[in-house]
Amino acid sequence: MPQHSFILNGTQVTAEVDDDVRLLWVLRDVLGVTGPKYGCGLGVCQACTSHINGKAFNPCSVPVSAVQATDEITTIEGLPATVGKDLHPMQEAWLTYDVAQCGYCQPGQIMAAVAKVRQARAAGHEIGDADFDEIRNICRCGTYHRIREAITAAAKEF
Amino acid sequence: MGDQDHSLGRRRFLGYVLAASTLTVAAQLGEVAAPERAEAAIPSLPEPAEVYDLNDLLTDAALPTANLISIQLNTDGTASFALPRAEVGQGVTTSSAMLIAEELDLPLDRVRVTLADARPELLFNQLTGGSNTTISTYTPIRVAAAIARQRLLQAAAAQLGVAVSTLTTSAGVVSSASGASIGYGALAVAAASQTTLLVSVGLKPAAQFSVIGTPQNRVDALDAVTGRKQFAMDLSVPGALPTMVCRPPTINGTVRSVQNLAAVQAMPGITDVVTVATGVAVRGQTFGQCIDAVRALQVTWGPGTAEGASDATVLQELLAAELPLVIPPLPLLTQEVDTRFTFHFASNSALEPNCAIADVRADRAEIWGALKSPIVAQQTIAAALGLLPTAVTVHVTQGGGSFGRKLFHDAAIEAALISRAMGKPVKLMWHRTDDFRQGRAHPMATSRVRATYSLGNVVSFEQRHTSVGTDFGHGLGEIITSLVAKLPVADLGFSETMFELTQQTPYEFGVTTQLLNEVDHGFNTGSMRGIYSPNVRCAQELVVDQLAAAMGQDAYRFRRQFLKDDRAKAVLDQVAQAGDWGRTMPAGTAQGIALHPEYHGFVAVLAEIDCTPATVGRQVPDAWTGPRVTKVVCAVDVGLAVNPRGLEAQMMGGIMDGIAVALTSGLHLENGMFQEGSWDEYFYTRQWNTPPELQIIVMPPTTGVPGGAGELAVAGAMAAVACAYGRATGTMPTSFPINHTAPLGFVPLPTEPPIPQSPTDGLSRAY
Repeated sequence: MPQHSFILNGTQVTAEVDDDVRLLWVLRDVLGVTGPKYGCGLGVCQACTSHINGKAFNPCSVPVSAVQATDEITTIEGLPATVGKDLHPMQEAWLTYDVAQCGYCQPGQIMAAVAKVRQARAAGHEIGDADFDEIRNICRCGTYHRIREAITAAAKEF
Repeated sequence: MGDQDHSLGRRRFLGYVLAASTLTVAAQLGEVAAPERAEAAIPSLPEPAEVYDLNDLLTDAALPTANLISIQLNTDGTASFALPRAEVGQGVTTSSAMLIAEELDLPLDRVRVTLADARPELLFNQLTGGSNTTISTYTPIRVAAAIARQRLLQAAAAQLGVAVSTLTTSAGVVSSASGASIGYGALAVAAASQTTLLVSVGLKPAAQFSVIGTPQNRVDALDAVTGRKQFAMDLSVPGALPTMVCRPPTINGTVRSVQNLAAVQAMPGITDVVTVATGVAVRGQTFGQCIDAVRALQVTWGPGTAEGASDATVLQELLAAELPLVIPPLPLLTQEVDTRFTFHFASNSALEPNCAIADVRADRAEIWGALKSPIVAQQTIAAALGLLPTAVTVHVTQGGGSFGRKLFHDAAIEAALISRAMGKPVKLMWHRTDDFRQGRAHPMATSRVRATYSLGNVVSFEQRHTSVGTDFGHGLGEIITSLVAKLPVADLGFSETMFELTQQTPYEFGVTTQLLNEVDHGFNTGSMRGIYSPNVRCAQELVVDQLAAAMGQDAYRFRRQFLKDDRAKAVLDQVAQAGDWGRTMPAGTAQGIALHPEYHGFVAVLAEIDCTPATVGRQVPDAWTGPRVTKVVCAVDVGLAVNPRGLEAQMMGGIMDGIAVALTSGLHLENGMFQEGSWDEYFYTRQWNTPPELQIIVMPPTTGVPGGAGELAVAGAMAAVACAYGRATGTMPTSFPINHTAPLGFVPLPTEPPIPQSPTDGLSRAY
């Protein structure tokens, strides 16, 4: 059985699993990291959104063999550590605006939001309605409006 | 406050101090008001004894405490409560904790609310549906908490040697007039009773509320934002490996034969492959390997229950089954509007797909799942496995959304049968594509509305709603209902009863008749954040707009003139004012206004929509854009909002659902199968459809009693958006969602293999 090594939330990990198994299942079924959720397995709903080397991606759409030993994978569980705090400012804003309803999509929403703020900044503007319209993450509870409020507030804090 | 203030001269309620090592109190679900000589009375069980006997469920029916909800005081000063309801995002754990915090004078963060396992002795009282949780538990939970506070005061009085009336409680501490104080935790043992006692207690008057009616954040918010909140598929049950099912290419098709079962069983990571009633189940080390195995299976399928059916054939059935109107032709000068609306199938799929964990052994079974009707699940699974219900333990897990779907236990019973067939524990998850195609759908329906008017009055208002049958087998009314629903003769009558119980017309429109007829039970159906209301009321409100226009009146003032209830007028006035009703808007954009009454609550919605070509034609990859709702103003009166912030959240979600079912969210039925297979095909509201402006106004308490909130906004928002669309385009929409008859916005996935492979190019889309 092939072995695959990468950095998961700051720690080097190794998983023994076939090459073509998507990273989402390596995280959830092999390594027991359940923050990233399954919502479609098609790269559509974005519930599994995590970061690879600081960029948002969908582990459901990446074979584990495509991940290098030096790649840094960050799931919602590892997000606070990226800013050296108990909670990332995006998570704090999520609490302030009481965004979550059922909560199932929220880890993915938060990971997407952090990357979206960075992306807007790299493009030379603060995040706004046009950027929000590009976020593809489904929230079947319909918390979209509070998501916008929380991201707007959090963007001022990191 | 002192105990005398707390209860003097008011209605008293019955409850119990239970025999336990630390203070444990309880109250009965259902009727709890104490009669005049309260102490002499024993509350009766709410339902006929023969129901218990028939189902052979209750071994301890003689216990007077069998039907209770209970709160435990812990020595660390916290209170614990196992809520016999499902939390699926609607916020009932938070609002229940608030009720306890209020009556117990305990900080909210010291109340721990968990979800109770299936408790068959609760009979009709463990169903989460009909927006009913807060209505039904508002008094019992407070009674139990008030008894706990009363016992703590008595224990403190004994320890301090003072009268109870000289003591006060605040923030989890009992204080005396002389300044002595004892924390609840230190009293938890002393306040306990060695025997079960029946006691009576008064409740805090609303004027003294400091928690109820104040905006509070969700008690599970921190867990949700850190990824610590555990859903069924996040649980680690020993031996329960990932399991999926290869499902048929038509709705409810059946397995005839499997050509390559041994070869699939030999695939990497796969441990088991078995045929079950719903398809071919595979179990493996990872869900990814299960997807591979499902796709590799070669199965010969038998026909399903909707072979050859399409939107067009179902529509023909509905039209043929429409009940006649009863108002005869009226005299000269009476004019009429007469319109028929079509509402297509819609998916109530939540983001967490159908899923459950099952560990079935020879003599017992254990189930984990987000179940809104766990007693029915327990009974049905027990019957299917040939076990006594008492041998089946059903754990209710946190749910990743429901919207009607989790009233049913489709995944739980399937998991149980697979676990038995494999002889191993299974963690069963439906693929998203299956969830859309073989999962439950809100039934397709037509609604004909004919209204007549003369000399400034509406003389008659008739509605004939004709729908594909809605499955109520989840136990709306638990045991009795599930039995009744199995009787074909009774089924129609039951649906009609549900229709009559839930549907209303809020206007004085003369002779009003509303009737339901149902056809075609070949589909897997269920309610979807409302049973009939979104469609029924949307049709009505569109006709109200037509009537107003025909009678030369403004749509808002016309509604106001004919509304029956002052609470309805108040919410309507609120949105008209806050939303600047009637303001001048550019061509191709317009406002719509609508009202919806349900479950002792009222909601009014004012929506603004942009139907200009530039907006309708805007491009988002793999998405449906279309008309954009640019602003929504909503006012809601539920009588008493226990948690206004939670109520706002429910309105926000309901509005997003209303926008979806009005504009974009529908299932296309073709050749016995739904075409939609992913969230980029089933167009639920996305960020690019979300109104940039949203204002929700929670009205001050009116009745002092909480009404239902979970479903309320959907009908109001759907109707307001539809009315706005009609005004903006100059054409009243009659087919929903409005994009349904446009060319398909996607290429349907194949039906064999039933599920698509996961992409491999995810890194190329990283941002």
